[in-house]
Amino acid sequence: MTDLAVAVPEPIVGRSLWGNAWARLKRNRAAMFSLYYLAFIAVISVFGPMVVPHEYTTIYGDYVRTPPSLSAYPKPDMIQTALTDAIKRMRVDIKEWHQDGSRVIVTVTSKKPVDDRNIRYLDRSDAFDDTKIESKSPDGLEVTMSSAIKQQYFYFGTDNTGRDLLSRTLMAGRISLAIGLLAGVVAGVIGVIYGATAGFAGGRVDEVMMRIVDVLYSLPFIFFVIMLVVFFGRNFVLMFLAVGAVLWLDMARIVRGQALSIRRQEYVQAAEAMGVGYRGILVRHVIPNLLGPVVIYMTLLVPQVIILESFLSFLGLGVQEPMTSWGVLISVGAKNIGYANWLLLFPAFFLVSTLFALNFVGDGLRDALDPKDR
Amino acid sequence: MLRYVFRRLLTAIPTLFVIVTVAFFLIRVAPGGPFNQERGLSPEIRANLEAQFGLNDPLWLQYLHYLGNLLRGSFGPSYNLPDFTVTELFAKGLPISVQIGTSALVLALLLGSILGTIAALNQNKIADYSVIALATAGSTIPTFVIAPVIQLVFGLSWKLLPIGGWGDGALINKVGPVLTLALPQIAIVARLMRGSMIESLRSHHIRTARALGLSDWSVVVKHALRGAVLPIVSFTGPAAAALLTGSVIVETIFSVPGVGRYFVDAALNRDYTLVMGTVVVIALFTIVFNLIVDLLYAVVDPRVRYD
Repeated sequence: MTDLAVAVPEPIVGRSLWGNAWARLKRNRAAMFSLYYLAFIAVISVFGPMVVPHEYTTIYGDYVRTPPSLSAYPKPDMIQTALTDAIKRMRVDIKEWHQDGSRVIVTVTSKKPVDDRNIRYLDRSDAFDDTKIESKSPDGLEVTMSSAIKQQYFYFGTDNTGRDLLSRTLMAGRISLAIGLLAGVVAGVIGVIYGATAGFAGGRVDEVMMRIVDVLYSLPFIFFVIMLVVFFGRNFVLMFLAVGAVLWLDMARIVRGQALSIRRQEYVQAAEAMGVGYRGILVRHVIPNLLGPVVIYMTLLVPQVIILESFLSFLGLGVQEPMTSWGVLISVGAKNIGYANWLLLFPAFFLVSTLFALNFVGDGLRDALDPKDR
Repeated sequence: MLRYVFRRLLTAIPTLFVIVTVAFFLIRVAPGGPFNQERGLSPEIRANLEAQFGLNDPLWLQYLHYLGNLLRGSFGPSYNLPDFTVTELFAKGLPISVQIGTSALVLALLLGSILGTIAALNQNKIADYSVIALATAGSTIPTFVIAPVIQLVFGLSWKLLPIGGWGDGALINKVGPVLTLALPQIAIVARLMRGSMIESLRSHHIRTARALGLSDWSVVVKHALRGAVLPIVSFTGPAAAALLTGSVIVETIFSVPGVGRYFVDAALNRDYTLVMGTVVVIALFTIVFNLIVDLLYAVVDPRVRYD
């Protein structure tokens, strides 16, 4: 026997449904880009508010409705206004002021001796910091103080009450995305369980269960949502669990249809003929085949919930101040388009781009998971 | 045909009954009532008011009462706008909402069909991709973003349109609301039309028509369109019912005095009769438009017959 160099054939590894789908999704550039974009939005929404130097609730009284800018505030022309405002609160008169590098030096006079504690009025202003008394005239009627100019950045501008829009938009993203996922999952779970039960039970049970779905369908959707708002009040976690509980109808129909058709497939009958138990059929055949449509529909549900949340917040029924969401911000923006259009444009851009990305991911998943549709 | 219409209307009665019943008890189970909002009503006055409107009767009696009034065509008085009956409120607001809704619907059907057809005829070319892009944008961007952006661009920057207000129905005041309402619908119609037109163009009778040497125009307009328009017809039913009964968002943003706002306000103020009135009106619109759509089917597609 000679030693034959037997070339061991590479074992053929079949690609699973999911492996296949993933490969197909990776080829879809719009979907992949959207996926990265969504990840980006999620990351900046979750971690952004911790990084941005402004709290989303902090009110800067001196910076009401400041337009977005990449350079620091206060702008040179704003220093004088902020200074005169602060000095006016001290009830003294400005004799002279000038800027020296990053500090302003101001000399004030008064008819009564100036109290040293007055400098806190300068510190209280959002524009100044670290105020010191430089010199005092012997009679105390004239004081020179210096104050550091506090540099602040408002890349997205500020809102009606002087809160930083960047941190508010990111915080809003956190809430909107969280609600979208939460309610989406609730709707998905209820829909899958209900639909699968109806589809498997079949017959009379199926008929009754689907008739209930039909009745719920025929009630105006808004009526339902508003009734839920009325019941659950302003507790938004509860409310969105409830909203999720309204959106399950489509999912139930889709899953029921799928379950019905899968049950009649030859491979299920074959498995039954070979004596595979009910459980085995469910785990091996039915659930994997159901998963595709469920995943696709879930990606449609999440944007639906986000839109619904924004809609409710727009009407003032959703998330309540000072907590915020994209819908709340857009509603404020819509009321202020006349003089502060950035209040509308930034949140609207975030909301719309996220919805687009979710849409593209959904389309990509549909193409990837539905082999018939290729 | 007439018998079919009659039968359909007859089967609508139980549906309507179920909707009225569910809505009636749902709104009643909700905590609070029309007269105990924080408005500083003294308890005596509140008791009197509640007695006047029969709110102290047992719930089943009130329900029967309501059904009885409904059968006589009366929606009752509005609790929060006590000078008006619900019917009067609808007489005032509904024409406005219907006007805007109809214009938006017609615009959407016309423009959407044209865009969808253009896309289908130029499949996988630039025209097709631009229509798809427009349709994606139209169905993704929510109304409450479109409306303020229209105000911002056309009202504030270009000063072409008034920012809001009804102006006693001046044409210029309707442009914004109609456009906002129509855009998402245009997107849906264009998408539907593109899909069904592509399918219709592949069918045998179109091949035959082409083989007979008919012009492109006549093939598309006379033969393909008829087959392609069916999905649009079925879309029109629910869409018409939704559009004609007013949109909360559009009417709020453009301050249009339609009926869209009634629902939300009434539910929040527990204005029971107004809520019920709105539910009934929306249900009626839905039923009627679905019937019209089914009848239209028979007109468009001779294979469908109702005998």
